[in-house]
This record gives sequence, structure tokens and C-alpha cells, in this order.
Amino acid sequence: MAIELKMPALSPTMEEGTLAKWLVKTGDVVKSGDILAEIETDKATMEFEAVDEGTIAEILVPEGSEGVRVGTVIATITGEGDAGAPAAKAPAPVPVPPPASPRPAPPASAAPEAPSGGPTAKMTVREALRDAMAEEMRADDRVFVMGEEVAEYQGAYKVTQGLLEEFGPRRVIDTPITEYGFAGIGTGAAMGGLRPIVEFMTFNFAMQAIDHIINSAAKTNYMSGGQMRCPIVFRGPNGAASRVGAQHSQNYAPWYASVPGLIVIAPYDAADAKGLLRAAIQSPDPVVFLENELVYGRSFEVPVGDIVLPIGKARTVRAGTDVTIVSYSIGVGLSLEAAEQLASEGIDAEVIDLRTLRPLDKTAVLESLARTNRMVVVEEGWPTCSIATEIIAICMEDGFDDLDAPVARVCDEDVPLPYAANLEKLAIVDVPRIVAAVRRTCNR
Amino acid sequence: MAKGPILAKAPAKASEGSALAQAKRYKASQDELLRFYRDMLLIRRFEERAGQLYGLGFIGGFCHLYIGQEAVAVGLQSALTPGKDSVITGYRDHGHMLAYGIDPKVIMAELTGRAAGISLGKGGSMHMFSTEHRFYGGHGIVGAQVPLGTGLAFGHKYSGDGGVCMAYFGDGAANQGQVYEAFNMAALWKLPIIFVIENNGYAMGTKVDRSSAETDFHLRGTAFRIPGIQVNGMDVLEVRGAANVAVDYVRGGNGPLLMELKTYRYRGHSMSDPAKYRSREEVQDVREKSDAIEAVKRDLAAVGVDEEALKAIDKEIRQIVAEAADFAESSPEPAPHELYTDVLVGTY
Ligand SMILES: Cc1ncc(C[n+]2csc(CCOP(=O)(O)OP(=O)(O)O)c2C)c(N)n1
Ligand SMILES: [Mg+2]
Repeated sequence: MAIELKMPALSPTMEEGTLAKWLVKTGDVVKSGDILAEIETDKATMEFEAVDEGTIAEILVPEGSEGVRVGTVIATITGEGDAGAPAAKAPAPVPVPPPASPRPAPPASAAPEAPSGGPTAKMTVREALRDAMAEEMRADDRVFVMGEEVAEYQGAYKVTQGLLEEFGPRRVIDTPITEYGFAGIGTGAAMGGLRPIVEFMTFNFAMQAIDHIINSAAKTNYMSGGQMRCPIVFRGPNGAASRVGAQHSQNYAPWYASVPGLIVIAPYDAADAKGLLRAAIQSPDPVVFLENELVYGRSFEVPVGDIVLPIGKARTVRAGTDVTIVSYSIGVGLSLEAAEQLASEGIDAEVIDLRTLRPLDKTAVLESLARTNRMVVVEEGWPTCSIATEIIAICMEDGFDDLDAPVARVCDEDVPLPYAANLEKLAIVDVPRIVAAVRRTCNR
Repeated sequence: MAKGPILAKAPAKASEGSALAQAKRYKASQDELLRFYRDMLLIRRFEERAGQLYGLGFIGGFCHLYIGQEAVAVGLQSALTPGKDSVITGYRDHGHMLAYGIDPKVIMAELTGRAAGISLGKGGSMHMFSTEHRFYGGHGIVGAQVPLGTGLAFGHKYSGDGGVCMAYFGDGAANQGQVYEAFNMAALWKLPIIFVIENNGYAMGTKVDRSSAETDFHLRGTAFRIPGIQVNGMDVLEVRGAANVAVDYVRGGNGPLLMELKTYRYRGHSMSDPAKYRSREEVQDVREKSDAIEAVKRDLAAVGVDEEALKAIDKEIRQIVAEAADFAESSPEPAPHELYTDVLVGTY
């Protein structure tokens, strides 16, 4: 049986090439691996090897031919005649079946909103986060915590306080200072079926590990057609702290929120911190959980008992009618303060805490906009390519008819964060700037 | 008081005198020899066909063939148990999958980007997985599989399932910083992992001595007290003999072990590599003198297996590969709605 030899594609982008030289002639016996010809592409000269064994029957394209399209039959070989490879067929268009109905969606991951009105207790955000981890660790042996100083030192910011004592060194693991390595180890452990919580001392140091967060954790489920789960939580403080300079003061929320395959959560108060961290640990997906050092010590009322909050749902933390302030993390506190001040001026501001940044609760943003017709986004972070710009884009695309004024953003200044006390203060978003922006947006 | 600088002793050839140094060429039964022959031949023929399908435009993007290195995956993984022991590697992954008993059809269909592919056509040559076999990929970032594999080993130890992890990487990958981060933690926590450096002499166009200060890769664990063994990766029986020693050591709770397998890739780095950094003669020389499949043929002849028996295997393998290629060419592409599936597992 004659085997057709076709002009090969020698690179991902090659469409045609020059058949520079034949190294065999009619009648030659060739075996697998022998060089048949030299072919020039736009980038290089490549050797074309025989795959099958046999005798060159006919050379159809002479050497020196330019612009030979990939797939053109350039020669034929007669095979040994034993069973085996039939002559390869040219690529034929393969019909695509009509789209089947999408697979049934798995049930929503989280329990409904914590019941309001029940008994509450005051606790700090730091304690709430610790309790969330401890409760999940009691419930599921697959959950463990690893990171720098999380065990014996009780956490660089004391978030893992008491965990080593209760769960022991098998499940509360001090790592060396090696973010890239332990982010990869955590991700691999999740792929293997465990449920790691990886603490970064701060998210500034996770930049060394971002390859594993994005390329390994976020994408593998998709690339594996749904086989490779990666239920991991990467958590730690994010954003500006106080006077720690440019390398230790950055908000990474927009970075991670741009990545399909990740869940990104950035809570503000203690109840959300607890309820959302529990949901994050239970989630079958990789979660980036962004905390804020300046908020760790703040106390809030937290419902007593089991709270697990839904991922992907914003919360109206203050109802209002004149304007909507959208924020997340530490910006929520500033927005609430600004709203109080604005109330005394006769502006009734609604404040929405996004809580989850990916997937973003567009509905909550647009519903509020439809009622107030004015919006200001507050973000402790740089203005360019930010969560604020995303909210503005959503309003342009889906809320344009509801807008009575352009959406404004109040962010940090567009500079690396300075150390000097006065300059740092100038760089970071604050209440007076929010108040001023809201006044402008409301034409006051 | 100063006594002058202390000169570190040259690192000992890992664990000389210990059990590790006792690795011997494996004494295979005739059946086992035939099995090695068959498994290596399957990889060789599968990869040849993949190269051909690439040339025909059925396979796109990056496609890295394993031709020449077959004895490494076959010899090492024959000492492991699929479904119990985990395996992870880089982008040159077709051979490791075949060596772990994964169906050639669904591998080939992944290469052609079809719905029947093992990743539903959404991963491609570099991103294939079978959690059922505990084959964890298939990773495109050079070196990433080393900490990931260390994490799999962490899981084996944490859950006490008795499994070990085998993490493969190249001589080029061995220069990535994250590899040493993983070495340190694997040794510190005594994780059950075999680090396998497939030293095929080149990282793309860079010969090892142009990129590596220490080219004896089995010594690379010395700073972490990880013992290393250097093995001729072109002899499947030597590979299997070393694998037995390594698996016993690691399963025995002694912590990680490093293996350097000296091997050679016959084809370009990927399909689009003109391979101008080495001579044709160099490649031909290895093929003629050191080919692993020819070596096992000689071993088979020595135990009296005749040409006919080998011909029958060749025929069977050609059939399997032809069927896989037919399947991969004729299966439909993924349905458009698959674009949006498996981004997240939960709904939020
Ligand atoms: C982090 C990273 N850098 C660069 C590349 C591009 N790249 C892919 S393979 C490769 C060479 C790796 O060689 P080696 O580790 O020896 O493995 P081999 O290909 O020989 O099996 C390079 C540079 C990559 N995929 N990832
Ligand atoms: Mg190499």
C-alpha cells in the first residue's frame, strides 16, 4: 500500500514552506528516523524524518519548490505491506455536535445568610478568622494550616493563635521562608485530596508564589476537563498597613480578581471574616482570601454558633436613597464613616460591601444604582486597572440608563506608598476624600 | 583561636556503601522483559505517530516527544502501583501516561483537541491528568511539578495511605529555585518522594554544561542531605533495579531520594525545534549504540525469544497506535458550551 508523504507543519504557525533539498531518491529504502528532506520555514531549516519504513515510490514535488502548502503530497512510499498504519488521511473537518444541554450545576456551596436577630457576641476579626479555621479543622481532618510562623510563634499577626495547641504539629505546620515552594506544596496537597490553608505572612510575599496560585491552582481544573480539583485557601493580610513602606503596602485584590478559576474574598467585619473563611475552606475551588492588618484588632458583633456565608454575595451595610458607595475590606469602614458625615449634611448614602471580588455580585451593584442613580467606588489601592474600574465598567455596560452622574472612584494616589507619615497619609484614601467625591457626584 | 577556613569535604557519591549503592541491574523474567519491550515500543510508536499527526495539522501548539527516553518512564513506573503511588511530570508527558497504563486513545484524542480527550480537549499535549491512576500531570511551567509533587507526597504522608510520589523534571528544570525550596521541605519533613531528574543532555538548545555549574545532577540534593543515585537511563533493567531500591527506601519512611537518569531525546525539543545545537552524528551515534529498545531486544534474544514473537508484538502495537490515531482524528471537537465548563467546581 502506498503511503503519502505530506508537506509537514514544522511549527505551530507554519502554513507553507520551501522544499529545499531531497536527501532520498526514487527506489531508496528508508526506515523510521531517516532524513528524507530539508524544509525551510520562515524561521529555520528543518529536517523531515521518515516515520514509516518502505521504499520511495515517487517524488512529486521537486527540490527548490517554494511556497509548498502544508499538507501537499510531496512523495509516496510503498510500505512493507504488513498490517498497520494506514496512509494518514488529510485533516477533515470534524462536525461539531449541537450543544448538549449544559451539565447540571452543582448545588450552591454555602448555606444561607446567617440568621439576623439571633444572639451575638463581640469579637475581633483576628479571633473570628482563627475560630473559622479551628471549626473547619474540627469538622474535617483534611484541613490543615501551613505557613511561616503559623505554629509555634502563633502567627506573625497572631491569627493562628492556639491552633498548634489544639491540633498539633501534624496539622499546623511551620514552613521555612520559601513562598514559592510552600505555595506549590499546598497546591499539590490540594490536588491530591487535602484541604490546605496556606497563610502568607502578608500578600506582598505571595508575589513569589503567584505562579502556583494562578498557573497551578486556578487553571488545572479547566485544563483537566474537571478532573483536577484544587480546594485550597491562600490567606493573609493584604493592602497598606502602617508606615511599612512601598514593598510591604500593596493591595493585590485586582490582580487575583482578574483570574478565571480563582475565588477572591476580601471581608471587612468579623462576622463576614468568619462566615466567609469557613465558606472558603469548604469551597471545592481555590480561594484567595485577603485580610487587612489594620482591621485585625477591630471588634464587631458576631452571631453565636455556626455561620457560613455565601460566596459571591455583596451586603448592604447601610441603606440609603441618594447615592451608593461601593467598597470592600478596609474601605467599608471609611465609607460608613463618610456616610455618617454625609447624613448630617442631608445626603443619605447607601453603602455596599462587595465582600467577594470574584465572582463579583453585579446584581447587588446594579440594583442599588437603579434606586440611587449615583455611585462612588472606594478602594484602598491604586486606581488603575482596579476593582473600582471594574465597577465603573459594569455600570457603563449594564447600568447606563440608571446613571444621573458619572461614577466616581476614590482610590489611593497613583504612587508607590511612601514611608514618611505625612506623605503616607496623603497617599491613602480617607474619609474627607470620600465625602468630597460623594458631594460632587450628588451635585452638592 | 581561628584555625583557618574549614574546607568542606567533596560531597560523597550519595550514600556509598549504603543500601542505595547496592542497586543492581534488575533480573527480569522473560514475561517482564517482554512487557518492558512492549511498553517502550508503545511509547516509541505512539510518539512517532503523534509527530506525524502534528505534521498533518491534526495536533497543534507545543508537542514534546519522548522518543529516546522510553526506558526511564517504563523502568521507573514498573516499580510503582497506579492508583496508589502518584506520578507528576512536566510537559513531555505522553510517555509517562502510557507507562502508567492510561488508554492511548484518550491521550491521542487530547493531542488532537477532541471532546474524547482525557482533558476533554481543553488541556492539550502539556496538560493531561488521570486522577484515577494518580497521574497528576502534565505541567507547562518548568519546575512547577517539583513542589506540586512534594505536596502530593505530603498528602501521602498526611493521610498515611502508604503511597509514594515520583516527580520527574529535566536537567534544565533542575536549575529552578523552587526545586530547592521543595528539596528542603521534603527532606525536613521526610516526605515519601522520589525526585527524578531526566538528564537528556539539553534544555531546549542549551547543553547541560552551558547552564549548570554542577552537571552531576544526582549530587544536587547533597545540601539537603538527600541521597542521590545516578542511573543509565538507556537500560530499562538498570533503571528498574535502581527504582526498586529507591521505592523501598522512600516507602520505608526514610524521606526523599534523588535519581538522575542519564538519557537522550532523539527528536527536537518540541516539534518546531530545528535542533541546530547538536550534530546529526551525535544523535545517530546514540541511536545506534545506546537505544533502549534495541538493548531489550538483545536481552530477549539472550533468553531465547525469537524474532517471530517480537514481530507479533510490533504488529499488536502498530494496531493499537493506528486505532488511537483513527479515534483521535475522527472524534468530534468539544461542543462550544464546554468553553464555559470546569472554570469553577461550585456555583456561587
Ligand atoms: C518557567 C518556564 N520558563 C521557560 C519555559 C520554556 N521552556 C519550556 S521547556 C524548556 C526547557 C526545559 O528543559 P529540561 O528541563 O531539560 O527538560 P526537557 O525538555 O529536556 O525534557 C524551556 C526553557 C517554561 N515552560 N517555563
Ligand atoms: Mg533536558
